Amino acid sequence: MEHIRLPKVEKVRLIDKISSRRASVGTLYLTATHTIFVENETEIRTETWVLHSLVCSVEKQATTTTGSPLLVHCKNYQALRFIIPQERDCHDVHVSLLRLSRPARYEELYCFSFHANSDKEVRGQAWDFLSLKAEYSRMGVPNHLWNLSPVNRDYKVSDTYPAELYVPKSATHPVIVGSSKFRSRGRFPTLSYYCKENHAAICRSSQPLSGFSARCLEDEQMLEAIVRSNPRSDFMYVVDTRPKLNAMANRAAGKGYENEDNYSNIKFQFIGIENIHVMRNSLQKMLEVSEAWSPSMSEFLEGLESSGWLKHIKAVLDAGIFIAKAVAEDSVSVLVHCSDGWDRTAQVCSVASVLLDPYYRTLKGLMVLIERDWVSFGHKFSHRYNHLDGDPKEVSPVIDQFLECVWQLSEQFPCAFEYNERFLITIQNHIYSCQYGNFIGNNQKERTELRHQEKTHSLWTYLWENRTDHINPLYRPDHSQTQGVLRPVTAPYCFKFWRALYNRFDRGMHPRQSVIDYLMAVREETQQLEEQLVSHEECYPP
Amino acid sequence: MEFSEHIKTANVEDVVLRRPFHPPMQGTLCVTGHHLLFSNRDGDSSRLVLLLLRNIDAIEKRPSGSSGTITLKCKDLCVLQLDIPGMEECLNIARSIEYLSSLDIVSDMYPFFYRPLKLSLQDQWGLSSAEQNYAQMEELQDRWRLSHVNKDYSVCPSYPPAVIVPHSIDDETLVKVAKFRQGGRFPVLCYYHRKNGMVIMRSSQPLTGANRKRCREDELLLQAVIDGSGLGYIIDTRSNQQAQQARMTGGGFESKSSYSCWKRLHRQLERGKVLQESLIKLVEACGDHSHSVDRWLSKLENSKWLSHVHTALATAGLLAECVERDGHSVLVHGSEGTDTTLLVSSLAQLILDPKTRTLAGFLGLLEREWLLAGHPFQQRCAHSAYSHARLRLEAPVFVLLLDCVWQLARQFPLAMGFSEPLLLRLAMEVYASDYGTFLCNSDQERCAAGVKERTHCLFQFLLKPSERERYSNPLYEPTELAIWPSVQPQSLQLWRGLFLRWTQHAVHLEKAQEELRNLVIECRGAS
Repeated sequence: MEHIRLPKVEKVRLIDKISSRRASVGTLYLTATHTIFVENETEIRTETWVLHSLVCSVEKQATTTTGSPLLVHCKNYQALRFIIPQERDCHDVHVSLLRLSRPARYEELYCFSFHANSDKEVRGQAWDFLSLKAEYSRMGVPNHLWNLSPVNRDYKVSDTYPAELYVPKSATHPVIVGSSKFRSRGRFPTLSYYCKENHAAICRSSQPLSGFSARCLEDEQMLEAIVRSNPRSDFMYVVDTRPKLNAMANRAAGKGYENEDNYSNIKFQFIGIENIHVMRNSLQKMLEVSEAWSPSMSEFLEGLESSGWLKHIKAVLDAGIFIAKAVAEDSVSVLVHCSDGWDRTAQVCSVASVLLDPYYRTLKGLMVLIERDWVSFGHKFSHRYNHLDGDPKEVSPVIDQFLECVWQLSEQFPCAFEYNERFLITIQNHIYSCQYGNFIGNNQKERTELRHQEKTHSLWTYLWENRTDHINPLYRPDHSQTQGVLRPVTAPYCFKFWRALYNRFDRGMHPRQSVIDYLMAVREETQQLEEQLVSHEECYPP
Repeated sequence: MEFSEHIKTANVEDVVLRRPFHPPMQGTLCVTGHHLLFSNRDGDSSRLVLLLLRNIDAIEKRPSGSSGTITLKCKDLCVLQLDIPGMEECLNIARSIEYLSSLDIVSDMYPFFYRPLKLSLQDQWGLSSAEQNYAQMEELQDRWRLSHVNKDYSVCPSYPPAVIVPHSIDDETLVKVAKFRQGGRFPVLCYYHRKNGMVIMRSSQPLTGANRKRCREDELLLQAVIDGSGLGYIIDTRSNQQAQQARMTGGGFESKSSYSCWKRLHRQLERGKVLQESLIKLVEACGDHSHSVDRWLSKLENSKWLSHVHTALATAGLLAECVERDGHSVLVHGSEGTDTTLLVSSLAQLILDPKTRTLAGFLGLLEREWLLAGHPFQQRCAHSAYSHARLRLEAPVFVLLLDCVWQLARQFPLAMGFSEPLLLRLAMEVYASDYGTFLCNSDQERCAAGVKERTHCLFQFLLKPSERERYSNPLYEPTELAIWPSVQPQSLQLWRGLFLRWTQHAVHLEKAQEELRNLVIECRGAS
């Protein structure tokens, strides 16, 4: 509370972006967790709540005769323009919000105060809702080819990896440790997805520390072990998701990529997905277009094109398709890496999983997938999504791109996904909001140290309890689109601007009537009638 | 006419047909006066592919050794290929197609030969007459009358015999007004807004010319329109500059000094060649699957098609706003008043009037505002996006209308009684049809050619129970409210169902539509 200079400002105006003519007058409140705007004109006092942790920028603009404008941009793509009558008040709100939206320590995050007093036991049980062990066992491991390795139990081999990792049975302890020393941050090749039907696997790692000529026998043996754990194929793909130029530049720093001559039975492949800095700038450019005030059609399309955003989305999806094809059609295992193996690698592995396995197109499946490929494998949530006041160069919409790939797929296969667009948007929102403890910190080790399971709530339980809001009524487990591997068309025209996310709060832009809501209502009505019928029959047996 | 003169080779064996979504098929190709018929006998089952020659927009032939390949690019945007053994046969067939696909004489066209068993030529042609329309709208009858001044099409050749005009304006005055408007298209009522009694009128441009000529009767007519309400709007579908320039060629606009109670608003809507070229560029962009996302977006932008959609919807929204929110009557026109004028007036009616959003209501709107109002379909739809022929009067104004209606339906998925398949069907029928509905350029021409006696009516057919089922919107929940579309670029989308219809992409979407229909029917069945 010490950061709030001014808890309440009256006669503030909130400007509607689409029709800037419309403004609502009300009172602005600053609390420890939220900025709240309460409209005072209307009979129903509309309230706008903005979580401090969702604020990504606060900008004070030049004072005009009507007051001092304060522009608040949020990480969930909400943008608010307040006009505050007194410049001094505006200044105070500005300074307070700047501080409130940039916590310095994890303990200040919202998840530690959100429903902090609820029953500890219930909260703990809620975290058991998803179990990665169950997920690996669903995929069919451990088995005679893969086993659970205790090597990273204390996060000693790699502090950014999870404690439980699955490796080929033939990979011995020294091979694993040796390989990990030859990989950035110790992130040795380990199992991400296993295809029960044909034994092909998707493995992931960081880049090898090969420089211009370095070799590592254990690393070579590690890859050989992966090849051997797939009886259907005598080679594997090694996919470097970086543009070749970037990977080559890394060699100068003693990093780099696998030399095909040193590794027996690998086929090496570059897939040029750009790095986090390119993606951050691309998103920024796209947001400039989507936030523009009433652009012409040409300005919009030109801006969308020059942002390059959809091109990057296509690159991620294309990479996923390459891997899914190798696994499903050729029964070949794939090792995926980028530089550190926690951004592009996570994107590509999880997109491939969604394409390969209908399970990840269900509500629970997507949660498990994010838990596995992102949370457990040390995707740096706190850095990428700016949870704490940190280096802005570390920020990048990496998981946003994954969620968008899933959305693009669901647009192409409207019957294949159990969840709807709202589910993806809610997840996006909470990755940034820090309301739940799932995504705090940058890896499992940090989260465990923060005792997140004791002190915070899990998003997954919340989503599961509210699953009716997130169901796609067109989904049917036995529909032809639902079955087997998804084979999307990747012609450029298939990639669309995701209005529901990037213009989420511009309500006037969205369809005024919702097909999903309608179908859900129809379905609910039918269910009620059926239930009534059943109870009726119970009372009056025929 | 003897079609056989133009058919040197009527049958060829062992032809291979390649078309989207089907494996290549070998069989017999047969050319008739109006169709290409392809049949193959595969064991016991025989399959038949029938293609209306009128549907063929462009034909490309390529010899390869002793055989030849013909590529057929159709007006429904489908591309087919025929591999024909024998060079001479190939050339003969190509020649026949070229000739028979572009017949000029209306009575030679297929609708005059189409005689399905389940339809009778005695069935009613058209949905309703001007008299019926007028009789249904009792509220307007004290201020508006039905005029038969054009009963022999002598006052305005492109108007129907009966039109609605202010009560106080007699036929003599109308004749004088007609002389002051291009093509005789004097202002007539096309929509009456029950809520506030305001109206939408449409006409062609006034012939003020360089000398700023005036017409007392024209001014009187417009004065009678706003009688009592004080102010009216004129939406001119040309830019101010274009309207000024039109004076040099005898056209013009309603000047402030002569029409003091009317406020002119200019919104530039493209038409004619610009619109046709836009369609050509768009279809070209959609057909090229090789390019990158950047190139695709740049080509999409460059085609300007979505900009045209944007302008049309925005202008219609403006028109509807004038009527509903500001409570003023509006006159809309461009130059001839047969293209963008109709586009804007019919879209505004869809926005305002729930009656036009049912299946029958929408077809009725098309009949009133496009067929009877004299949109020159035959000229506008002679060729589509693939044709190499020199452009003459072609322009996809009607396709643009359908696209805008699709955008409305996307934004209000429950508000329309008809569904996307209807719009797709109309987009196809307008270029090549078994029915006579879209033949000719005006009601007068249709009557003269005997269209109403000797062809079947598409709209009547679409309202038969079996078809009605297929084209109705399973989600339809009528609303009395106006449906205001968002015209933000983010809210407008490429109409994938039409422009990417022959790609795998569209197939997945179609399956989803089917699923949706089943779901609703299932739920409704259960309750």
